[in-house]
Order: sequence, then structure tokens, then C-alpha cells
Amino acid sequence: MQDLVIYGIFIAGTLGMLLSLGAVLTWVERKQAAIMSDRIGANRAYIRLPFTRIKLIWFGLFHGIADGLKMLLKEDFEPNASDRFAYHIAPWIVITPVLLAFSVIPFGGVLIPERIFSAFPTISEWFGDRVYPMQIVRFDAGLLLVFALGGLPVIGAMLAGWSSSNKFSMLGALRAGSQMISYEVVLGLTLMGLILIYGSVDLPDIVTQQSGMLFGFLPAWGIFMQPLAALLFLVASMAENRRTPFDLPEAESEIIAGYFTEYSAMKMGIFMLAEFIEIAVISAIFTTLFLGGCNLPYMGDTGFSFPGGYAVALPHGLTVLVQLSVFLLKVLLVSSFQILVRWSLPRFRYDQLLLFAWKFLLPLGVANLAVTAILLWLLRRGVS
Amino acid sequence: MSRPIRKRREYWNQPAMSWRERMYLFEIIRGLRVTGGVFMRNMWRWLTGRKGALTAYYPEEQRADYAAGNRGKHILTKRPNGKSQCIACNMCALVCPARVIEIEAGFDPEDPAHPKIPVRFEIDYSRCVFCGLCIEACPEDAIRMVKEVPDLPAYDRHTMWLKKQELLNWQPASDAAKPYPVAPAEATPGARKEHG
Repeated sequence: MQDLVIYGIFIAGTLGMLLSLGAVLTWVERKQAAIMSDRIGANRAYIRLPFTRIKLIWFGLFHGIADGLKMLLKEDFEPNASDRFAYHIAPWIVITPVLLAFSVIPFGGVLIPERIFSAFPTISEWFGDRVYPMQIVRFDAGLLLVFALGGLPVIGAMLAGWSSSNKFSMLGALRAGSQMISYEVVLGLTLMGLILIYGSVDLPDIVTQQSGMLFGFLPAWGIFMQPLAALLFLVASMAENRRTPFDLPEAESEIIAGYFTEYSAMKMGIFMLAEFIEIAVISAIFTTLFLGGCNLPYMGDTGFSFPGGYAVALPHGLTVLVQLSVFLLKVLLVSSFQILVRWSLPRFRYDQLLLFAWKFLLPLGVANLAVTAILLWLLRRGVS
Repeated sequence: MSRPIRKRREYWNQPAMSWRERMYLFEIIRGLRVTGGVFMRNMWRWLTGRKGALTAYYPEEQRADYAAGNRGKHILTKRPNGKSQCIACNMCALVCPARVIEIEAGFDPEDPAHPKIPVRFEIDYSRCVFCGLCIEACPEDAIRMVKEVPDLPAYDRHTMWLKKQELLNWQPASDAAKPYPVAPAEATPGARKEHG
């Protein structure tokens, strides 16, 4: 029963966070693109307080709501000669793995309800000495599950393109298929070095191994251990997400909207939402693997302890809160970086895209793996 | 049938790329530095209470730097006694290509020099093209355009009609290029020259 309550809260919290991040990221994307190009950005949608003339604009935050309402109220057009079942199920196949992939990502340290509710004896007694790692599913092959789920959306894209009975959709689906298969290889290979170093595919384990310090001044984050792998991983995962400069499957100027050309109203909205949620999920995976998850330098489970014996003890509730917000902040920063890239670079040509994957990223990934393996072998031999 | 292999054409001004440019990565970082720098600069300006973008939030905020010759909203000039200089000759309404001016003439017994006055003088700004032909057509210099734009944005096009009272209600100080008109009845030729 206690587990049910805690995991219910986790699931509701992460789902709510992901969906609202999907909505907020549309706003972030608009505003950031505007600010980057000396514009103002969307700021006309407002909510008027009832019976007053006060308009709440809040820097255009309500444009997300306006967009959602528009998509819900639009006509749900359906092409005539489509495979109806595949057509209707495709958006859900795209969005479900994206949401599921977050289930194994640790978004905090450990949660001890007994110590959070120490002011309420009945609640803390009810929880007893249970300890919950802040993660929905404790799964020791979490990284592999993330990969497996990361490869699934392409099936939805293929289904959507195939069942729309539209040549542009078909082209987009084919492009999506070949692109995602190519970049999936790169994605897996770049992380091999990291798996070698940490000796584990268990995400919480990887996060705890990143909590120390390197050479006394660098946090022991994956990005400092494997800078090249971090770069390659970010590039490959952005290609997986089909965003500019890799947005070949939905290139507006070439094939209208690619595989979701024939979708309208909220079905198209689900494709868009999946894309924006995937930004957040990619950022979360990147944060977990390369930016130390919820770790701050000099911060442990009991508080800060700086070099020189100076320590600040934090109550458990505050620690949990700090860890959660540190994780969220890192996710938002990486998302913002992805949006920066999306609004800075032009689209690849199609042959360039595939050549880039097979002739540039893949050899670099292999080289990175080889160098890491040799270095590790030398280090371990020196130790033993 | 085999096609002949085409060689890629070489141009005399073929751009030569250095190895840095061919690596692509360094150029990407340079580009990201430019866009990120603009983002940071504008955010810093915004945080310190300035505007990053030069855009004016139009209906709430009007730009202050309209050119002196900008054809903005119309005004009706006044005689010193406060009445409109317009004699309701209908020439502006006739010349108007968009046909937005509506004038209803009336009789004014108090001013024998100008007995015909406009009772109603309305301009439909939802259709006005701001060509300025009405100003050129006016024989009495009764209608002019100032650089400020009319307060147009509205949810209802019927609110975009400007009536005679609103057209007469203008600030002469903002139209410093042209002198305040002197009533023709009182003005001597010398006095007019002095103003012009």
C-alpha cells in the first residue's frame, strides 16, 4: 500500500511534468527563437480575469493553451483511402515509447518518507523504514530499455506514412526509417565507452558513480570522462528526434510535413507533443548519463560538504527538493541548448545526412570506444 | 545504353574551404556562438529593463520616430474662431480612390463669407489607403495629414470611422512644419506671407 502511494505520486508527477514540459517547451522554443533573432515572439494570447479588464499575458505563456484548444476544436480530417486502423494508432505508437522511456530515469536520489513526514508521527510510522529511490521502475538494464523504447517511435512514423496513402507521407516515412536506423547505431556505439567506464547499464548506479570529483576540481560527470561521446550522443539523439538540422522526415520546404502530412487536429498535435516531449526525454537521458543526474558538486545525501572541512547539513526534505530542482534545471538547460541548435543550423541534404552518420559519427564512435577500452585496460592493469 | 560520366564543373571562383571549414564542427560552434551571443545580449538587456528587440508593441505603444512627412491620420484645420475651415465642396470625397470620405453639407448663417459648412465629415479608416490625394484636392487647405497614425486596431470595423469632432481635435504643435492657418477673411496678404 505504501509503495502504491509513493509510486502513484512518482508516476503522476513524472507524467504531469513531461506533458507540461512538452507544452512549456513550445513556448520556450518560440520565445528563444524570437530573442535569438531580435524579435519579441508570441505575446498576444491572454486570459482576462472575469469581471475585470485585467489581461494576464505572462510573456505569451497562454499561447500553448490557445494552440491546444485550436487543435482540439479543429475538424479531425481523415484521408479517404487510408488503412484506418494503422492511421489511427500511429500517433499513439509515436508518443507512448517517448513517455515510457522516462520510467527508468532516476530524477533524484533516495526518498525516505519517514524522515520527510517526521512532523506527523502517524504518517511516518505508517511508512516505517522504507526507502524509495526516486525512479519509477527500478530496472537493472535501464539503459537498454531506454534504447529499446527510443527505437520504437520510428514504427509509428512508418505506419503513419504508409497508411496515409499520400506520396509525401510515404517519402517522409522512408526518410524517417533510414535516418533513425542509421543514427540508432551511432547512438548505441557512443555509449559503449560510458558503459565500459561505469561497468553497468543500471541508470541509478551510473548516477551514483558520477557523484565524486575528478582530480579534485572537476565533478566526475560523464561529460568530463567522455567529452567526445557526449557530443556524438547529443548529435545522434537530436537526429533521432527528427529536428533541424536533421528534420529530413518532416522537411516543410520539400515534403510538406513528411509522414504526418495527412494528420490534422489533435492527432497532428500528438505528433508535435511527442516531438517536444522527446526533447525533454533526450535532455533527461543526457543529464543522467553525462551531467551527473541530480548530483551537484560537493553535494551528498545529507548536505553540502566543501573541501576544507566546511559542511552544510540539509534536512532530508530540502535535499530531495534540491535534487529534484537540480535535475529539472539541467534538463531545461540541455533542452534550451537543443533549441539553440535547432534555430541556428540549416537542414542537411539527404545524402549528407546519411554520410554524416556512417562516415563521420560512426568511425568517431568506434575510435572513441577503442581509445576508452585501451586506456581502461592500461589503468586497470596498473592498479592490479 | 550507358551514359557518359559527367565531371563536376569547376568554376573560376570556386570557394576554397580551409580544413577548419571542412571539419564543419568548428563552424557550427562559431554559428552557435553568434546566435547564443545574440540571445544572451537580448536577455541581459531585458533583465536590465531595456528592450532587446526594436519592435514596438503596436497598439499599446506607438513609435516616436515617424518621419516628418509620414502620411498618418487626417486632421481638419480650424479658423481662429474654432470652426472647421472646410467648405463642404466635396472635392476630397470625389478624388478619393477608396471612397472613404463622407460629407454632409449644411448652412451656417453666422459666417456670411463661408455659409456652407460640413455638418457631418467622416472618414472610414478601415478602407483608407493613405494616398494623400484628398490633401492635394482641397482648395481651402482644410484637410491635412499629420505624421501620427490613427488609433486603428479594433475588433469591430464600425469603430474605425473617425467623425468630425475627432478630426478637428488635433494638436497644432505636432505639425510644426505648417503654420496654423489664418482665417482668410481677416488675413491681409502681408500677414500671410509672414507666416509662410
